[in-house]
Amino acid sequence: MATKRKKASPKRKSVRSENGSHMITVAVNGRKFTRAVEPRVLLVDFIRDDLRLTGTHVGCDTSHCGACTVLLDGRAVKSCTMLAVQADGREITTIEGLSEHGRLHPIQEAFKAHHGLQCGFCTPGVVLAALELLRVENAPSEDRIRTAISGNICRCTGYQGIVDSVAAAGEMMRPRKG
Amino acid sequence: MQPHSFDYVRPQTLARAIQVLSENGNRAKVLAGGQSLIPVLKLRLANPRVLVDINDVPGLAFIEERGDQLRIGALSRHRDFEQSKLIREKYPIFSDVASVLGDPQVRNLGTIGGALAHADPASDWGTALLAFKAELTARGPNGARTIPIDRFFKDPFTTALRSSELLTEIRIPKSKAGDGGAYLKLKRKTGDFATIGVAVQLGLDAKRNVAGARVALASVGPRPIRAPGAEKALVGRKAGPTAFADAAKMASGEAHPTSDLRGSEEYKRAMIEVFTRRALETATARAGR
Repeated sequence: MATKRKKASPKRKSVRSENGSHMITVAVNGRKFTRAVEPRVLLVDFIRDDLRLTGTHVGCDTSHCGACTVLLDGRAVKSCTMLAVQADGREITTIEGLSEHGRLHPIQEAFKAHHGLQCGFCTPGVVLAALELLRVENAPSEDRIRTAISGNICRCTGYQGIVDSVAAAGEMMRPRKG
Repeated sequence: MQPHSFDYVRPQTLARAIQVLSENGNRAKVLAGGQSLIPVLKLRLANPRVLVDINDVPGLAFIEERGDQLRIGALSRHRDFEQSKLIREKYPIFSDVASVLGDPQVRNLGTIGGALAHADPASDWGTALLAFKAELTARGPNGARTIPIDRFFKDPFTTALRSSELLTEIRIPKSKAGDGGAYLKLKRKTGDFATIGVAVQLGLDAKRNVAGARVALASVGPRPIRAPGAEKALVGRKAGPTAFADAAKMASGEAHPTSDLRGSEEYKRAMIEVFTRRALETATARAGR
């Protein structure tokens, strides 16, 4: 199977095969994956079914709920509203990419400590939407936090626990003084 | 949900993109941010044979003042407007649009050109641009042509663009002293389409009389519409409560809302009046002179 290319070319150029599939290379959580995909395959299905990374959830499948949120080159996007071929040559971060060496990311610690989740279904999407914000602003106002997660629906927490968790995560992610 | 099968091409040049569009006619669809198109494909409301992904085409994403115009590349994303200092300081009406359109994830991918070409009657961008003498550039196999915004929207989801053409640029007159605008949107929740929306752009003279006014409405017609009576009610008068109340009443009468799950016709008319007045107040406050 010729699924390997010498190098993921930075200039994105998907190669089309005979059955209409395209060969794409996507860096997911720092690891490069090269796969043949049909153009109509959604990014979320590629992540879940082809790469077997099932932390990214499908909630509404209509671009409303945000459960499928991943980071695309650092920006939160809904992976149910993007084609896998569009991710060719780009970097994706899913919820599986946050912990390192078995240690939770500060934002995950904060969600655990501040009751940022109950059933947990929306959590991967909420965490990634909030992470986009925290990477540029580690002391965001409550208003900024609420705006950042406004594309994500949670039916358990009433959001207050989530807002508290994101604020606490910002604090944990702030560089220590001295 | 999965779309029908289609071919996918990602041209690296504008010429190639137009060539693929010309070859495929109505069977091709342009993929920009995809935030309207992909839901449409998933619901199988459209069934194109070819998707032309223009995201690699260079030179289509910019927001800059050049000469006496603000020029906007069609591939500029909503987020780019939200973050642009130039827009925030000189064209805050577009910051308004970019902060109420969709939700943060949609704004990270969606583009102004895509929103215009999609031509939803609730289009936030379409309505805001109708508040200007905006010009759109369409590029096709025979070169470029200019389409005034007033002639761009035809019917729901139908524009003056030909199937072989790509919308590449939007231009409006550069903001000058005394200019101010605002876009206000009534929505049930983040991510929803406008129940109604109002865009106004005023030009005030040194005595704070209205020298020029454009008023446009979202979600109250088959396309974003102007409210010419409201505009006439403003021009030549002092920018203040009396003229604003008259204009708001006119706008409400010029709207053609229909009752639907977002509200009754009567409610929407009432909200057009309230939002027109508020938008005029904000626009005036912004027209610092």
